[in-house]
Amino acid sequence: MLWKIDRRRFLQGAAATTALVTASGIRAAQAAEPLKVGFVYVGPIGDYGWTHGHDLGRKAVEKKFGDKVKTTYVESVAEGPDAERVIRQLAQQGHGLIFTTSFGYMEQTLRVAKQFPKVMFEHATGYKTAPNMSAYNSRFYEGRAILGHIGGKLTKTGKIGYVASVPIPEVVMGINATAIAARRVRPDAEVRVVWVNSWFDPAKESDAAKALIDQGVDIMTQHTDSPAPLQVAEARGILGFGQASDMKQYAPKAQLSAILDIWAPHYIARVQAVLDGTWKTQSTWEGFKEGALVMAPWGDAVPAELRKEADAMVADTISGKFHAFTGPIKNQKGEVVVKAGERMSDGDLLKMDWYVEGVKA
Amino acid sequence: MAIRIEKRAAASLPLLYATPLLALGLTLLAGVVLFLALGVDAGAALYHIFIEPFETLSSIGEVLIKAAPLVMIGIGLAIGFRANVWNIGAEGQLTLGAVASGGVALAFWHETGVWIFPLMVLAGILGGMAWAAIPAFLKARFNVNEILTSLMLTYVAALFLSTLVYGPWKDPQGFNFPQSRMFNDSETLSLLVEGTRIHAGVPAAIVIALLAYVLLERTVTGFEIRVAGLAPAAARHAGFRENRLVWLSFLVSGGLAGLAGTLEVAGPIGQLVPVITPGYGFTAIIVAFLGRLHPIGILASGLLMALTYVGGENAQIAVGLPRAATGMFQGLLLFFLLATDFLARYRVRIAARAEARP
Amino acid sequence: MTADLLVPMFVTVIGAATPLLFAALGELVTERSGVLNLGVEGMMLAGAVTGFGTVVATGSHTLGMVAAAVAGAGMALLFAVLTLSLLANQVATGLALTIFGIGLSALIGARYVGTPIPAMPKLDLPGFTDLPVLGPILFGQDALVYLSLAATAGVAWFLSRSRAGRILRACGESDISAHSIGYHVIRIRYLAVLFGGALSGLGGACLSLSVTPMWIEGMTAGRGWIALALVAFASWRPGRLLAGAYLFGGVTIIQLYLQGSGLVQIPAQVMNMLPYLATIALLTVIAGGAWRGRLDAPACLGKPFSPPS
Repeated sequence: MLWKIDRRRFLQGAAATTALVTASGIRAAQAAEPLKVGFVYVGPIGDYGWTHGHDLGRKAVEKKFGDKVKTTYVESVAEGPDAERVIRQLAQQGHGLIFTTSFGYMEQTLRVAKQFPKVMFEHATGYKTAPNMSAYNSRFYEGRAILGHIGGKLTKTGKIGYVASVPIPEVVMGINATAIAARRVRPDAEVRVVWVNSWFDPAKESDAAKALIDQGVDIMTQHTDSPAPLQVAEARGILGFGQASDMKQYAPKAQLSAILDIWAPHYIARVQAVLDGTWKTQSTWEGFKEGALVMAPWGDAVPAELRKEADAMVADTISGKFHAFTGPIKNQKGEVVVKAGERMSDGDLLKMDWYVEGVKA
Repeated sequence: MAIRIEKRAAASLPLLYATPLLALGLTLLAGVVLFLALGVDAGAALYHIFIEPFETLSSIGEVLIKAAPLVMIGIGLAIGFRANVWNIGAEGQLTLGAVASGGVALAFWHETGVWIFPLMVLAGILGGMAWAAIPAFLKARFNVNEILTSLMLTYVAALFLSTLVYGPWKDPQGFNFPQSRMFNDSETLSLLVEGTRIHAGVPAAIVIALLAYVLLERTVTGFEIRVAGLAPAAARHAGFRENRLVWLSFLVSGGLAGLAGTLEVAGPIGQLVPVITPGYGFTAIIVAFLGRLHPIGILASGLLMALTYVGGENAQIAVGLPRAATGMFQGLLLFFLLATDFLARYRVRIAARAEARP
Repeated sequence: MTADLLVPMFVTVIGAATPLLFAALGELVTERSGVLNLGVEGMMLAGAVTGFGTVVATGSHTLGMVAAAVAGAGMALLFAVLTLSLLANQVATGLALTIFGIGLSALIGARYVGTPIPAMPKLDLPGFTDLPVLGPILFGQDALVYLSLAATAGVAWFLSRSRAGRILRACGESDISAHSIGYHVIRIRYLAVLFGGALSGLGGACLSLSVTPMWIEGMTAGRGWIALALVAFASWRPGRLLAGAYLFGGVTIIQLYLQGSGLVQIPAQVMNMLPYLATIALLTVIAGGAWRGRLDAPACLGKPFSPPS
């Protein structure tokens, strides 16, 4: 009882609150007190895209750790000053581990991390870190290469459509990975890109898909959040890929597969690390190997032989035998940028702002 | 029984102060019902929305810095709305203000000196004014509807900013992400109160409110604005030049929105990013009317709106109140405030039929 | 570009323009009666989610459309009570309605995220729909498209030819006179606001039932605001509104097709500015010329009215 009173007083200082979490020895003694894990989302959890995916990761954490953790999320947090306030509020409220799940939260996470050295922060898709702030991201391009390969094999017209959001390196990288893989099996393949300048505008995404299909595209891929482009593919009788989650229910015939963003393994590992007192800052870029990406079950339209090839590509990516950005890679002008046999470094990939041959963007 | 509504000759002063309290009471009641229906601890939710933001200095600071741009923009818009000039595009003017001042910051990124910040402020105000001048010109010269032009230009402004931060203005060391360099120390606002994020924008908003009060209530121009709004025909008759008011309204509101944008990028953001504002330009329209287009009222309504945003986040963190429910709750609060305003301005007479009897 | 491209492109334009047309047409009628309702986005979302939920529950697109219209009108009723009976400020109430509607629709819709529904059936007249060029455009649309065009014609007729329409316009131009002749200004405005809400609801249903048959939070993505701007673009006339909605939809779509052609080397942001710039430019040109002096909003727009006693 006495301890409780003390603890309450203890809780009143914001900085003191957070000290709870790191000292894992103290943690163990206080088994009754769950670790509070905060998530900051850029969209609503009902977006069925990016934020929805992260929220599935959060739910997996709850399921895995039961009453050892308590998770909190704040959705639709605008990037900028609002984000900083929310992140700080989470830290002040005794969250020991905070995931900030949008690139635009990077500077804000960093600022709050400096103020709360005892709270652990994990920022998605950025590049800055601090002693108590890690960066994490997924190698979506590994999956994009699989899409490119399947698309290159199945396209009749040689045109693969790409409904894209905004030209950040991650999106550019995905477009390039698709094009390189497609041209390996179909040398004249091209990737046609339409930018909708939004991560989320279902009707416009659908219009962009129509614009592509009407100009001869017969394989649809996308890097925007909603199932709209795939839905159009289904309605028009062409094939395509889901985005971020399995979208088969929207396109039972058209969906060839989808790259599933699986954040759960990372979230579970990092929560475990905090619980064990082993959390250290790191910068991770995880892919098929770590289970951060999974291909959705092959659609009926993928022939058995192609399934084997794609499965083998995934296996080779995991073993390190295959890398999506292996030379020769030419730019749009046809100049060789990466020599035959060379692999692009992670550093070059992470700031990619040029397109490879075969991309029409 | 017949209900008759009569306009009061002058709004009842006691009621003007009492009705917001009534509205608040009704909102609390409605909130309890809404939150219980959602299975959320209603008492706790209301506590986190309305009380918790006042419990710490840093949290009070958060309400203040969120309110500052709303108040600044709201006051500018109110001047126009009083004169029946409909600037719906403060959001875009804010963005252009940020672009202009951010452009100055980036141009002098290698320099330091006390002159840089005033130059940024000037550029920001002029940037907002320039963007507002387009609808003003089209309205004054061709009678093109300003609701359309100012709103459409908001989208153009956002895309323009995006063109810059994805292109020429992106940070050379920033891994090609869409953001500029962080501004240097001469280009960012220092924090005024230890332990908070309060910056110069907060006192600036208060000063602007007082200045606007003087302009509107104590000058001839203020009188012209009010007459133009209340009786356009009389205003024309009196020889007030309508176009002058269009220009004045747009330049003032655009300039203030530009200033707000400047203070956002030089303050809490510290760089140019693809999106500068979480809808301040639109929310400020509500703030302006909720404050009854009066500078001091706008000060109060801006604070209230800011409180509901900050408090809504608190409730989301503390009791898991969904963001959507916060939105509904804000809507309800506004509905009640707007509806009860009625009592201050009108008198309801319930005339029993009894008088008809002999 | 050849006909094989132009025809499907025009079909896409129809899909993009129809939600805008519905919402703007409703707002046009509301504004002609003298009421400015900025809550279009909120009413569209209410319609979108209600229509979607109804289709999930009943499988009937017709019922979905009806429910969407009713939901939009329900939201509008809230607005009408506040602004017409309680004389609350219209601009602020409309914006509050949008905030409210975004929240409400998200709460209602949470259970529908990830749920598919069948798309609305398209008209298929053997012999007609297969006609070259005109076939797919004229005879290959779904019910909402035909309904939007019929509604436009109906509103145009109503406002210019019918007695009731003239009364409605009188309320918008001079509420005092309309009242003194003996019309119930408030009652007429109620009806106009409800009609506006119903059409906004249908505009939302266009998105959630037809263009992209799904529910996602905030799926209108700002179309309510564009609809508002289009009413001003049309200078409050239904015929011009039809032109405006198709122009805006058209430019939006053309820039997407240009991007998809792989031939244009203009930054995508600039391409995406085009519909907004085109609308402003065109209205300016027209305002300076043919429509000069005939662009004024209804005189009583946005002003509260209480019958003098």
